[in-house]
Amino acid sequence: MAEVNNRDEANRRVTVNVSDGALIPDRGEKSLFSAWRISFFGAIALLIILPTVRPRPYLDIMRFLPDGILATFQVTIISILIALAIGLVTGLGRISRITVINRIATIYVEVIRGIPLLVQLFYIYFALGQLVRVPRLASAIIAMSVCYGAYMGEIFRAGLQAIPKGQMEAALALGMSRSQALRKVILPQTFRVILPPVGNEFIALLKDSSLVSIIAVSDLLRRGREFASVSFQYFETYTVVALVYLVITLFLSKIVSLIEDWAERRG
Amino acid sequence: MDSNTDQNQPMRIRIRNATKAFGTLEAVKNADLDVAPGEVVLIIGPSGSGKSTLLRCVNRLETLSEGEIWIDNDLVTDQHGDIRKIREEVGMVFQNFNLFPHLTALENIMLAPRTVKHATKAQSTENALRLLARVGLQDKATAYPAKLSGGQQQRVAIARALAMNPKVMLFDEPTSALDPEMIKEVLDVMLDLAREGMTMLVVSHEMGFARAAADKVVFMDQGEIIEVGTPTEVFDSPRENRTQRFLEHIL
Ligand SMILES: Nc1ncnc2c1ncn2[C@@H]1O[C@H](COP(=O)(O)OP(=O)(O)OP(=O)(O)O)[C@@H](O)[C@H]1O
Ligand SMILES: [Mg+2]
Repeated sequence: MAEVNNRDEANRRVTVNVSDGALIPDRGEKSLFSAWRISFFGAIALLIILPTVRPRPYLDIMRFLPDGILATFQVTIISILIALAIGLVTGLGRISRITVINRIATIYVEVIRGIPLLVQLFYIYFALGQLVRVPRLASAIIAMSVCYGAYMGEIFRAGLQAIPKGQMEAALALGMSRSQALRKVILPQTFRVILPPVGNEFIALLKDSSLVSIIAVSDLLRRGREFASVSFQYFETYTVVALVYLVITLFLSKIVSLIEDWAERRG
Repeated sequence: MDSNTDQNQPMRIRIRNATKAFGTLEAVKNADLDVAPGEVVLIIGPSGSGKSTLLRCVNRLETLSEGEIWIDNDLVTDQHGDIRKIREEVGMVFQNFNLFPHLTALENIMLAPRTVKHATKAQSTENALRLLARVGLQDKATAYPAKLSGGQQQRVAIARALAMNPKVMLFDEPTSALDPEMIKEVLDVMLDLAREGMTMLVVSHEMGFARAAADKVVFMDQGEIIEVGTPTEVFDSPRENRTQRFLEHIL
């Protein structure tokens, strides 16, 4: 009786859009002079030309920065992994029918999203410092993960809700328990759906990780500041710092778009 | 749990005084229905008459507001009973197939035996391949659902349900999401199942299938079972006015 277009249902592609960055290259854009290409190769070209033409400050700057790049990646990668774990738990909590769990997860998300990351960073660093001695790097990572865990939770929630109800029903009808259905049927589909927005969050976190330089973690930005404060070459130093961030984020955004393509092709 | 003593013949499915309310709306009202082992029962009725709801109460995808449903000696509606054990023995086929899109046809079929029954990989692969052959799709084992036609997806869905070796199969409008040229391939699989003695409760308006395979036809309207009879009785000389009007409407 009811008219349902089976093709639509079966081949429906779910996309979750939770993102602030417009970094992901438009896949329609195949032109040689796409915005992405111009920015990416332009930045790389500058990073090659500047030290060649004026090695005096630029080559020195570029020798000084790699330690910072490493620290930036260290903070970013560890934080994103912890944020993913927090996000999974939070997302499940947000769709839980158990009121207490649901409320706790929602409060966490609301509170965190209402406080600027920089304030959280200070708060965790100094508040934790009152009780225990936390190394700077650790407190930076804790702050970043707790903050991004909330955003990740919203991505997981949207991803879980994007899976059609019939999937859970089919699994239950086969005799599976809810947790089996979740693990074998719902979550694998959720991971595929949230891959692009998680990629976006990774890039956003990498950019935000520059904030940790304020609590004296020697990341990319901090190393730049250290160099500039000794050499007084602020303009040149921050030019290189900005270009390095740009190359890294544009490169990562390309990878995210490739992952998006792959996920779509596997349908 | 003891079985109903006023029954001479043991019934595979017994629905007693079943009522399901969504808020104030009674989607199913005081329904009584018996299905004997090996019987094929077809449920027809207008949209919104409660056919899907009644079917979904049989494996407790919906919980009854009142009444009881038994499958053999198991009380489905017992809130303290282990519904998963019962669901293992009750296969269900959905209008929209609901195949798992991240798994191949073969993996779709193997998933429940592997996770629920802890079957070995070799066992369940062999069984899944046999079931795929049975629904005529042995060459589609490694295909993902998105690459299959609607008719093929529904046949995989039937094989997936059969992999748990159920004693009852529920079908909710299994062909109504299909393009006309694919309906027959699905009905043929269902006909085979019926001939092999599977107990089947089918929501469908496929008259050809009903006349070929159904022992009983149930007409529902506004949540109530209005009339039950053989396909010939119900289709050719319906007793109730409402049944008549409905049949005129769909023929
Ligand atoms: N989860 C639900 N919540 C609220 N109302 C529901 C729910 N499921 C079904 N209903 C209502 O119950 C009534 C019976 O629905 P049901 O899906 O069982 O009808 P049906 O006979 O299967 O119809 P169709 O032929 O369109 O599939 C309808 O009025 C429907 O809107
Ligand atoms: Mg229905």
